[in-house]
Formats: sequence, C-alpha cells, structure tokens
Amino acid sequence: MKITVISGSIVGSKTKTAMSKVVQMLENKYSEHEVTLLDLADYKVEFSDGRNFFEYEGDTKYVAETIMGADAIIIGTPVFQASIPGTLKNIFDLLPVNAFRDKVVSMLVTAGTPKHYLMVEQQLKPILAYMKAQIVQTYVFIEEKDFYRKEITNDDVLFRMERLVEDTVVLTETYRSIREAKEAKYDF
Amino acid sequence: MEQYRIDPSKGMEFGLYSLGDHIPNPLTGERVTAQQRINELIEASKLSEQAGIDVFGVGESHQTYFTTQAHTVVLGAIAQATNKIKITSSATVLSVSDPVRVYEDFATIDLISDGRAEIVAGRGSRVGAYHLLGVNLQDYEEIFEEKLELLKKINEEDHITWQGEFRPALQNAQILPQPKNGSLPIWRAVGGPPASAIKAGFMGIPMMLTTLGGPAINFKPSVDAYREAAERNGFDSKTLPIATTSLFYVADTTKEALQGMYPHINGGFQAIRGGGYPKQQFAQAPDTRDALMVGSKQQIIEKLLYQHELYGMQRFMAEIDFGGVPFEKIMKNIEIIGNDIIPAIKKYTTQ
Repeated sequence: MKITVISGSIVGSKTKTAMSKVVQMLENKYSEHEVTLLDLADYKVEFSDGRNFFEYEGDTKYVAETIMGADAIIIGTPVFQASIPGTLKNIFDLLPVNAFRDKVVSMLVTAGTPKHYLMVEQQLKPILAYMKAQIVQTYVFIEEKDFYRKEITNDDVLFRMERLVEDTVVLTETYRSIREAKEAKYDF
Repeated sequence: MEQYRIDPSKGMEFGLYSLGDHIPNPLTGERVTAQQRINELIEASKLSEQAGIDVFGVGESHQTYFTTQAHTVVLGAIAQATNKIKITSSATVLSVSDPVRVYEDFATIDLISDGRAEIVAGRGSRVGAYHLLGVNLQDYEEIFEEKLELLKKINEEDHITWQGEFRPALQNAQILPQPKNGSLPIWRAVGGPPASAIKAGFMGIPMMLTTLGGPAINFKPSVDAYREAAERNGFDSKTLPIATTSLFYVADTTKEALQGMYPHINGGFQAIRGGGYPKQQFAQAPDTRDALMVGSKQQIIEKLLYQHELYGMQRFMAEIDFGGVPFEKIMKNIEIIGNDIIPAIKKYTTQ
C-alpha cells in the first residue's frame, strides 16, 4: 500500500509537526507500507492551468503524480481565513475530477483556536467527496495549546492521531477487498 | 445539408476515426512501430470502404502515444488508396496551424480524392501541440475562434481580405488550389459541455460532438443548445448536420465485446489520462442509454437508433483503435460494422 502524507501549508510549523508525527506513527506500526511525506513547503508548485496532471513539470508533476499514485492520503491542513490554505486548494485544482476514486483520504487540522472546528465538514469534505474519495469520517483537530515547541503534548490528541492512522490503513484495506470481490464478479 | 454533402435520403452516415493511437497493446505490453501503425490505418481505410462505411477520419495529437501528428499527409495517402469513402480530419487542431495552410492541404486532398475531403476543426484537448508549436495557452479560446472564422471565410469567398490578431493580414488573397466543387464541408469539433456547441451553432457551422461515455441523455443539452444558438443567429438548424462520436467495440456477444474492449479502454485511459476506466462504470456501458459504444451487434444497433432518436444526428463516428487495439480486432470490428450494423441503421434512419 502506498500512503501519501500531505502537509498542506508552506508557512508555520504546526501542520508540519503533526504530519511528521503521523509519518512516524505509520513507520512504527505499518513498516510494510510505503509512506511518502509531501510537505508543500519543500516544493515549488505552479498554479493549476487546467492541463492533465502528468503534463506539468518539475515539482508540480512530482507532487501531483505522487498523490495520484497513492492508495491512501492523509491530509494535514491549517485554517486560513476560515478555510483551507490556497496552497492546498491548488493541489486539488491540479488533479482530475475523479482523482480520489478508489483512494481513502483522512484529515488532520491544526488551528490557533477552536473557532473553525467545522471548517473540515463544510469545506474540505465536500471537495474530497466531489473528487470521489472514500473519506475517513472522523478527523483530528489540533489547537495551538496542544503544541509545545514543535511537539504535540496533549495525549488525547496523540491517541486520536493513532486511531486516525489505524482507521486510514484499515479502511484502505477494507475498500480494496470490497472492490476486488466486486470486480472478480465481472467477466471482463 | 447538400452543401455539406449529406444526403438524408441515404440514412445516417457511419464513419470511423482515429487519433493515430500508438499505445502499447495492454495484453502483450508490445507496441507496433509508428510505420506499421500508419500503414495499418491506410489499410483500415480501404477495408472500411469495402465494408460500406461512409467516412474515414484521422486526427492529430502532438505527443506520446500518437502517430498521426501529420494527419493531412496520412489523409492524402488514404485519398489515394480509396475511391468513394469520405475523408475527414478528426480533428485538425486549428489553433496551432495557419488556416490558409490547412485549407491548402485539404483542398489538395479534395482534388486527390475527387471531391471527398472534409475538415473537422477543433481546439485540441491536450496541451502538447500548443507547447510544441509555440502557441500560448492563454489564447486558447480566442485564437481558435479567430482561426475558425478565417477558415470559414476562405471556404466561402474567392478573394480574401482579412485582418486579425493571430495571423498576418490578407489583402485580396487567392487561396489555391481550390477544392473540386469550390468549397469543403467544414465542421467544428465539440467536447461534451454546451459552451462550445453554442459557439458552433452561433457560427452556423456543422458540429461533431464527442459523446465518449456515460448516459447519452447528458449530451442532449449540447445538441439542443447548438440548434437554438443557430436559430437565434439566423441560421436554419435543419440545414446544419450534426455528427456524434464515441469509442466503439462490437462483438458477437456482450461478454465478448466487454472482454475484447476492457483491457484497451482501461490501458488507454491509464496512458493518456493517468487513471484507468472503472470496471463498475464499464459494466453499465452496454445499456442502450449509455453513450459508450460497447456491446453485441444488437445492442450497438439499439444504442445507435436510440441516439439517433435523441439527437437526430446525420452521422455517427466510431473510434475503434483506442488503447493499443491489435489490427485483427480492428478488422473484425469493421467486418461486423459492414455486415450487420450499417444495413440495420440505414434501414431505420433513411428519410
């Protein structure tokens, strides 16, 4: 299984910290799977101009193709102006409408305050659903107060993250076996 | 219809078209040479003519997995190799070419073929040609509209005086050679959504509409919008032909058709779109109401008649070589089309 972990912002440290922790959890528990961290701060990604995702070049092509090649995607996002950052929206804009078909996508949000805790329900989930993702319904919402010097210090958050990672892997395996059983019934 | 060389008393036309597909055969992983692929296309045009198919089209796509970038050259060879089948582009990416040059090429093909050439002009759905030939994608919309208008003007007038943004002005220019009967049928290639269908109608130009799959009814708004736009701009929509196109695979039974096509459509989508064709969706495709032309002979006939009722089109164009389809499968499809499909659809669509 290929799992891509996205840190969806090019500024700040909270999302990066959380997603690095996710990668660490995946590597500890699921070392048999191939895990790739895409920290958008490390890549120079062009704005979408409507072409096919594999027709871009350089970092843009790499980021788009890595996401398209994944079986599961764990998206980490901060809250910017009551929404996801433009850098993350641009990633969705680079991909085709059915990009997440047969993929499981789970989410993790970092924020200064709990004010926008429904942002994911109202804004991120509809995008993922439109792009045909199998969405892990529960997400982890992490606040400023849960961090101390680039470490997550709230055990509740850490336990939630462990469950999110586990649910992502289990659901990916489950959907795959459902799909395989269904496709085995077709005679073509 | 006559000026577009369409005769409704002979029933709906059936054509084949190719983009010069050069995807490896997914079943073997092997890919024939570009030379073999081009020769097979010329051979397929001869077989199509023998089978009673009305039209043969070749299009251009300037990137990996295609061989007919120089589609006019291939059409010239087909003009020479055949005697009565209509010859069209499918499509010519007009935005990256000079309309004068395009007209010269197709007028020449018309002379070689004794009056059988047509142009289908499109914007292209891939960016390869734009990058390769140095056309700015920012001008995607405007450059096409301007060039199509010029192409239409060249077709309608003897001496062209014209000025635009994307090509040097023409001062009382004669474009030579002239086609055999003075003009060529020129169509606009239209993708699924109504926006470009409306532009075609507004210009009063025949429309070739892609209906690559999903419910056929989804494409009906584009057909209606086309006719409505034509009427609104003073054209009689009854005089404007419509063609529809789809991927196509026919076999004796549904099962054989699904088994024969799936590896190719799935491999082809994987290669050019970066994602395969979902099996669940493909399993629905033989249904009469789905636009993707896959099924038994009877299912294909029913689909065509259903769509003819829905759209009232004058021509259907089938793409039978998408996704590395080996030549023996192509020959078998042409044979069934000639023996079973065409006689049935002509019988029911003759006016």
